[in-house]
Amino acid sequence: MLLVVEQFLNGLQFGLLLFLLAAGLTLVFGIMDLVNLAHGSLYMMGAYFAATFAAWTGSFLLGALLALGATLVLGIVLEMSALRHLYGRDHLDHVLATFGLILFFNEAVRLIWGPAGLALPLPVWLTVPVPILPGIHYPAYRLAIIAVALLVALLLYLGVMRTRIGMLIRAGASNREMIGALGINIKLLYTLVFGLGAALAGLAGLMQAPILTVQIGMGENILILAFVIIVIGGIGSIRGAFLAAIFVGMIDTLGRAFLPNLLRQVLSGAAASTAAPALSSMLIYLLMAIVLVVRPEGLFPANRR
Amino acid sequence: MKAFTVSKAVTALMLAGLVLLPLYSHLSGNIFILTLFTRIVILALAAASLNLIMGFGGMMSFGHAAYLGIGGYAVGMLAQEGVGSGFIQFPVALAASALYALVIGALSLRTRGVYFIMITLAFAQMAYYVASGLARYGGDDGLTVYKRSDFSGLIDLGNRTQFYYLCLACLFGVIFLIWRIVNSRFGLVVQGLRSNEQRMQAIGFPAKRYQLVCFVISGTMCGLAGALLANNTDFVSPAVMYWTRSGDLMVMVILGGMGTLFGPVMGAVVFLLLEEFLSQITEYWALIMGPLLLLIVLFGRGGIMGMLGRAGRG
Repeated sequence: MLLVVEQFLNGLQFGLLLFLLAAGLTLVFGIMDLVNLAHGSLYMMGAYFAATFAAWTGSFLLGALLALGATLVLGIVLEMSALRHLYGRDHLDHVLATFGLILFFNEAVRLIWGPAGLALPLPVWLTVPVPILPGIHYPAYRLAIIAVALLVALLLYLGVMRTRIGMLIRAGASNREMIGALGINIKLLYTLVFGLGAALAGLAGLMQAPILTVQIGMGENILILAFVIIVIGGIGSIRGAFLAAIFVGMIDTLGRAFLPNLLRQVLSGAAASTAAPALSSMLIYLLMAIVLVVRPEGLFPANRR
Repeated sequence: MKAFTVSKAVTALMLAGLVLLPLYSHLSGNIFILTLFTRIVILALAAASLNLIMGFGGMMSFGHAAYLGIGGYAVGMLAQEGVGSGFIQFPVALAASALYALVIGALSLRTRGVYFIMITLAFAQMAYYVASGLARYGGDDGLTVYKRSDFSGLIDLGNRTQFYYLCLACLFGVIFLIWRIVNSRFGLVVQGLRSNEQRMQAIGFPAKRYQLVCFVISGTMCGLAGALLANNTDFVSPAVMYWTRSGDLMVMVILGGMGTLFGPVMGAVVFLLLEEFLSQITEYWALIMGPLLLLIVLFGRGGIMGMLGRAGRG
């Protein structure tokens, strides 16, 4: 029972983290029609910035805030210097160009921070276990991640659905020429959206940093997961990304936690312990394959064009 | 005969260079260059196979490295189990790749555009994790191939020069095959599907079936590259299937010139030589390589072949 609740919360936490990453990706994809493989690099940069700034200022929160600002700026600079020129080009060009950016970022990080990973220590008040149910404790930091991510998801929803900027973003997603013709500065809008996506990726990275090590290439595995999510959810759909992220986070975490035991009941011990890790890593890809075969446009296609 | 062009001249030069390379290696005593170029030729073969579906067929597969792994594992696993004959290993490698391509192609081709890119990527990642889970065959650490494929005296893969020429012959054979395919009725239909699928369907061509056959041919060719690669490195590991390897293959194709016969070969030569050269001048070679890719995409439309074509006209 304890384990189930704990793993359930872990799954939720991981799913919400994935949502932060996927939200930026799906916004950029849905609105600018840009496939950004370098999104994972922004996630990595968020983590590196946070570890550095936290060490400088001596405060986790201050470091996190500075890192958030830094990733936002980095995203805006990246958009204005390079990615802006890719809009309207073939998706394949996007893949190639942003693949180059991944190489660049990984190498730049190696040059600046060295090949060894960094650690981002948590302040003491975030490390204590919190009782959530009678007899069940859960780490405060993971609860904090859940809370922050839910808050961001809510703000994002309200921002996109209820504000003027959000309206422009949605309008840009359905017909970019038209809103350009209506006198909206679409270049600025795109830069803003990209910056927002970068900041969300940075937030995901810096929140994940204390749990995992901050290291080169940390963005790549999770980027693929984020892509799986936006494909399952339907490209360009924030709601789809949210649901798919929770779903994927749950399946991945619960699969890793419980699959070995389940398999052990069917297979022999040795076979189960070798098959389980591979099978639980495969689960989400299997899920994606099934979803795409059944609904080639994802579960919640944003707009049918 | 068409007129002389810059791109043709450069292609001819490159091919002559590839054929004469072992001679240079022997004369100069530089064995390393032969090893390097064996790898280049094998990856050029993989890139050429990707070009068949990407350049001519318009199917953007982001999971092509999976075949490198499948071909490689077929050789490695059979060698581990005591089946050393190349006459068994290679057909098994090709058949396994073809089967994999048939299954994932049938599923993936239901989608299009970015969804196709992503689903092929997802399947390749699945293959990657399956290989990581093969504890009997090394799992994550990979599998050492202690003995190269044995072609019972016909050709000795342990001999560098013979192995190089085998790889080169495979490359030329595959390119010849692609040339014949592209100019056949079948190839014209596949290219027509790239331009306008709806129209082709309206004329009465079963679109998916043609694309699937093309996809399987391409995967089988890449499986051959995988079998050669395992022999070249005497080692196969899940890392050859990792998604960045698929990205490398795509880069080679686009760099060289998508939808041209020799573009992928050119792309593989330039990409791998550049990687080798940059890694010699600086440890941080990717710092230059990354932005270079970006610049090529931004300014070099049509890859090297496209640029050469423009230079020829200019």
